[in-house]
Amino acid sequence: MDVLSNLLLGFQTAASFINLFYCLIGVALGTAIGVLPGLGPVATIAMLLPITFGLDPVSSLIMLAGIFYGAQYGGSTTAILVNLPGEASSVITALDGHEMAKRGQAGKALATAALGSFFAGTVTTFLIALFSPPLAEVALKFGPAEYFSLMVLGLVASIVLAHGSLLHALGMIVFGLLLGIIGTDVNSGVARFSFDVPELTDGINFVVVAMGVFGLGEIIGNLENEAERNLMVKKVTGLMLSKEDFKAIAAPVLRGTALGSVLGILPGGGAMLSSFAAYALEKKVSKNAANFGKGAIEGVAAPESANNAGAQASFIPMLTLGIPSNPVMALMIGAMIIQGIQPGPSVMTEQPALFWGIVASMWIGNVFLVILNLPLIGLWVKMVSVPYHFLFPAILVFCAIGVFSLANTTFDVYFMAAFGLLGYIFRKLECEPAPMMLGFILGPMMEEFLRRALLLSKGDPSVFIRRPLSATMLVLAAVAMVTVLLPALRKKRQEAFAEED
Amino acid sequence: MSPIIKSPKDFWTGVMYSGFGGIAFVISRDYAFGSAGRMGPGYFPSVLSCLLIGFGILALARGMRKDGTAFGGFAWRKAAIVLAATAAFGFLLPRAGLIIALLVLIFGSATASTHFRFEWRATLLALALVAFCVLVFVTGLGLPMRLFGSWFGA
Repeated sequence: MDVLSNLLLGFQTAASFINLFYCLIGVALGTAIGVLPGLGPVATIAMLLPITFGLDPVSSLIMLAGIFYGAQYGGSTTAILVNLPGEASSVITALDGHEMAKRGQAGKALATAALGSFFAGTVTTFLIALFSPPLAEVALKFGPAEYFSLMVLGLVASIVLAHGSLLHALGMIVFGLLLGIIGTDVNSGVARFSFDVPELTDGINFVVVAMGVFGLGEIIGNLENEAERNLMVKKVTGLMLSKEDFKAIAAPVLRGTALGSVLGILPGGGAMLSSFAAYALEKKVSKNAANFGKGAIEGVAAPESANNAGAQASFIPMLTLGIPSNPVMALMIGAMIIQGIQPGPSVMTEQPALFWGIVASMWIGNVFLVILNLPLIGLWVKMVSVPYHFLFPAILVFCAIGVFSLANTTFDVYFMAAFGLLGYIFRKLECEPAPMMLGFILGPMMEEFLRRALLLSKGDPSVFIRRPLSATMLVLAAVAMVTVLLPALRKKRQEAFAEED
Repeated sequence: MSPIIKSPKDFWTGVMYSGFGGIAFVISRDYAFGSAGRMGPGYFPSVLSCLLIGFGILALARGMRKDGTAFGGFAWRKAAIVLAATAAFGFLLPRAGLIIALLVLIFGSATASTHFRFEWRATLLALALVAFCVLVFVTGLGLPMRLFGSWFGA
């Protein structure tokens, strides 16, 4: 069995004492920061990213993956306890989870979320192990034309599934692509859009953009409507689930995991879409549908497992194709590039220990999550209850020092402030920053693949439709685009996102 | 609401997109364009900026035709405080050193909150945070940040 021997190699790598240690630290830190209200996973990961730079590639990526699960789970804890979800994918969890907490069942809701996530994480780890090799096999046949079309598909998908105006999202993508171009052109050596600023000739670091737009932008947004948060849960008890509870959540967890794994693989999919879809599905099929929104345990189990399955499944396109399907994966790719690894199908064959180590660490990370979170819940409750006006200066401090440490230059701190302003303006204009981040990461790659594809075809653009794989992806992208523009589907899309507001 | 701008969010998004696109286009004209088969450094940015201008004009047009929601208020004062405190940190770090830069960042940004009051508990927390940063980032991780900067002759 290839899969088993691969996984064995992965566990050997991931289970070394030092990697286990970094995974544990990653999960703990990720949860601790992720649990802070008003801080989503993107901001959390961007903030903690600099810590991992000094490590060797395997440990650093394992730690980062740990941070990712921690941040994801921390967000759910906040959603359940204070109804202040730090991220879109926890919004759904808050619906029923917070209702449960209000009725004194916070422990039950948290345990359900943890167990559902753990189950989903276990299943998706195996899915990644099963599906990555064949997908990478296909990807190895990709030429520049296929890569270019794949990125077009990914970018289009990310706006179809994004929330808000399509036109705004399209503009944000192009804006991100342009931002990504800043810096020295690899082919001609010309410094583009650098305004003769030496710091700009290397391009803008993506962490600076992410921290500015997501971190600072969110802080200003939160300060704008500073509502008193009331934490009704001072102490969480009753973490144990009864036999009936297990019975109630078994089917929703299974359905949520299945749905999340499928949706997570899609470009532009991932955690948010998965949890929305799982909740909607559960509402339709559950016997307990009448209680949804009033504290139904199924309403926590399904979206939480879908959320985790989706988040983890989005590693598949990232690891095999090198294509990020959401901003978190874009951050991961950025981190890999900093470590000197070019994400793509060749990682699996050239650095099997790294690849399978990350896969195995996903499962280990999920184990740590359960072990850490249930006993430490008291600590998380304390962290959640820190008032925001004490919290945000501390977040700013970590953002500022983190950004400075990227290249030890204060220039990046100024730039983060500038992107913070931009992030706030985007918020006001209802322009989603997520598509911009994707464009920003993909910009230089897209230009390179476009260039190579057209160089090979001697300037003939029909190469993109003459190659079957490339044509298929472009057709898919066009279909996705047209369906959003159709009025009927447009309405459905608005309805689907309406619950968020 | 003004009679011309019916949907301010769309309108100003359009202004922003066409503005950024326009600037990027003008700058890209300085770079060799090349041809599709042999792309110069100006090719991709020019195409992108045209696209961005296009989306901007569409948004502008929509902002003048379709009614939309108005802006909520702008928290300019809070935004300015947070951003200024961040920039001040960048400015003070090499000059005054980490300790002062951190204190300015913490207390400066804290005034943005409506709940801000000067009290000993918050001050103690801030000092603890500074101590934590010094221990972890400078002593522990060895980041090249001086505790006291060039103004103190360091």
